[in-house]
Amino acid sequence: MSQFLEYSLIGIASGGAYIIAALGFVIIFKAGNVFNFAMGEMMMFGAYLFYAAVVQLKLGWPVGLLAAVIGSALIALVIERVLLRPMIGRPVVVLVMITLGVGSILRGTAALIWGADILQLPEFLPQRPLFLGDVLIPGKLAWGFLSVGAIALAFIVYYRFSRAGIAIRATSSDQITAEGLGINIRRVFAMTWAMAGLLAAVAGIAAGGINGITPQLGDVALNVLAVVMLAGMSSVGGVVIAGIAVGWIETVVGAYLGAAWASFIPYLVVLLVMSIRPTGLFGEQRIERI
Amino acid sequence: MPEPIPNLTPTLMPNPIPEANRPDGKAVPALSPLLWLVVAAALIGFPYLGSDYIVYMGVLVAINIIATAGLNITVGYAGLLSIGHSAFIGVGAYASALLAIHAGTPLAVNVVAGAVAAFIVGLVFGIPSLRIKGVYLAIATLAAQYSLYFVFQQWTRVTGGDRGLSLPRIDIFGMGDTGFYFFVILLATLLCTASRNLFRTRIGRGFIAVRERDYAAEVLGIDVVRYKLLAFGLGAAYAGVAGALGAAFLRMVNPDQFTLGISVFFLAAVVVGGRASILGSILGAAFMTLVPEFLRTGLSIFGGGGTVDLAGVLSPLREIIFGVLIVGFLMLEPRGLAGLWDRLRGRRETIDSRSGAA
Repeated sequence: MSQFLEYSLIGIASGGAYIIAALGFVIIFKAGNVFNFAMGEMMMFGAYLFYAAVVQLKLGWPVGLLAAVIGSALIALVIERVLLRPMIGRPVVVLVMITLGVGSILRGTAALIWGADILQLPEFLPQRPLFLGDVLIPGKLAWGFLSVGAIALAFIVYYRFSRAGIAIRATSSDQITAEGLGINIRRVFAMTWAMAGLLAAVAGIAAGGINGITPQLGDVALNVLAVVMLAGMSSVGGVVIAGIAVGWIETVVGAYLGAAWASFIPYLVVLLVMSIRPTGLFGEQRIERI
Repeated sequence: MPEPIPNLTPTLMPNPIPEANRPDGKAVPALSPLLWLVVAAALIGFPYLGSDYIVYMGVLVAINIIATAGLNITVGYAGLLSIGHSAFIGVGAYASALLAIHAGTPLAVNVVAGAVAAFIVGLVFGIPSLRIKGVYLAIATLAAQYSLYFVFQQWTRVTGGDRGLSLPRIDIFGMGDTGFYFFVILLATLLCTASRNLFRTRIGRGFIAVRERDYAAEVLGIDVVRYKLLAFGLGAAYAGVAGALGAAFLRMVNPDQFTLGISVFFLAAVVVGGRASILGSILGAAFMTLVPEFLRTGLSIFGGGGTVDLAGVLSPLREIIFGVLIVGFLMLEPRGLAGLWDRLRGRRETIDSRSGAA
């Protein structure tokens, strides 16, 4: 039982990175209706930027973190401005395919620059494991979860109460009306991408800190997709719950059934949820007109 | 205005139906019979001109054309984004391989079995499309990709797990690879013609109507659910044929042939070639299959004679090029290589086709 508890806590903790990445996913989707399949690659690239800044340029981790986050946000801005802005108004499927292409480019670029081997990110979080009663949680995971949780909370507060957050939400509920009210929706799109880039870097560093980084790190974003689908794409609060749920399912299933099941079960859950509630657990029903 | 083909209203169907004769009668100067003869002669003479390698590439291209034509039915014509195509190819490959190994049936039977198996699996995974669509549907196909890959890899007793299956050698017409080449070319021609003709029928037109606006199609009396499922199943069946052929030709099947990356490859082939175009499927599949080969040759010529780690550079470069091709074609020529071909032949570009419905 205590073992189960331990796995559960580890799982919940590893859901933190999913929450962050899923938030990045959701704001892009909410503002511009773009489903960003390159999110995982943005995570991966952010983690590599962190590696480059701290290990290769020896900047020290606080500066390195800042550099990685800013670099990742800049890349996201470029992606939005150069590749997606000209495509506004094109069918959703086209936009999705563009993000698939972007993901492929980022993955190839990372492999070209840093090679295909696993690189270890520098340790900067306290290593000492945390004991809750007789349950042990690795220090990295616990502190990672706490910092990621703080970032997620800060983001949600910003999204709820700041002027920019309100502009994003206005754009997501009706682009034309938002434009009419004087919101510069192009700036909103750019902003959501920059934020997503920022969140992606944090999520990438959190995810890469556990097992090291490879160009394939982006594949964890497929679990992020599961999170987003479960939450219903447009619900910021739902993402938090779904992120924890998927992290938990993945770890517990992985521990008891083996690693191969761990990447599969979340999708099974998603398929089931989607066939019962197509809009996800917390998603809003969008009304379509002909 | 004379309107020989009873058609949906232009607002519902802004895209010209590619390959079919347009109602205005002047748009399509069809390839002359002479050109067709030249193409046929080239295809038949091809294996006798080149080396074994050329024949090998020819077979691969033809197999990929079949798979791409299938994905084009699902994605290009019916507008259902599928990122799990390689999993359906895998279903066909495993089904036919198992038949070949355990029952020793001839290739033609295996191919049909592969197609049927993939069709059924495609229908099963198309079921989510009854309730969800657009991007949600893409995720469901992603789930298909992962679940099927999981089955290929984990059901060791049947699929051989990571090591996969090895197939017995087959000889068609007693001509080795050349015989196989003729068989594949024949099938590819047949299937491409079939899919071209499909879009002159009620079902094919139905797919296009569903793509343009499914609610509107429903109002017009199209059974959207059935058409969506059918589009999925048909695309998967083509994939199954390609899988069966690939398994028989490469004489092995293993899970790594059916990853997400391969699905993206076929999606790229559809986009690069031209969505909703048979010519596009052919050009796209050929182009995408040959790009890595050109890349390899180019790198070994300019790469300083083997001093660089070729494999280490090749696969990332390939990913970058795939990505650039997808993005570039979507942005600059949404109709893909088929659109470029049309332009070369001086065919008028309609304004609507630029808006690029998916």
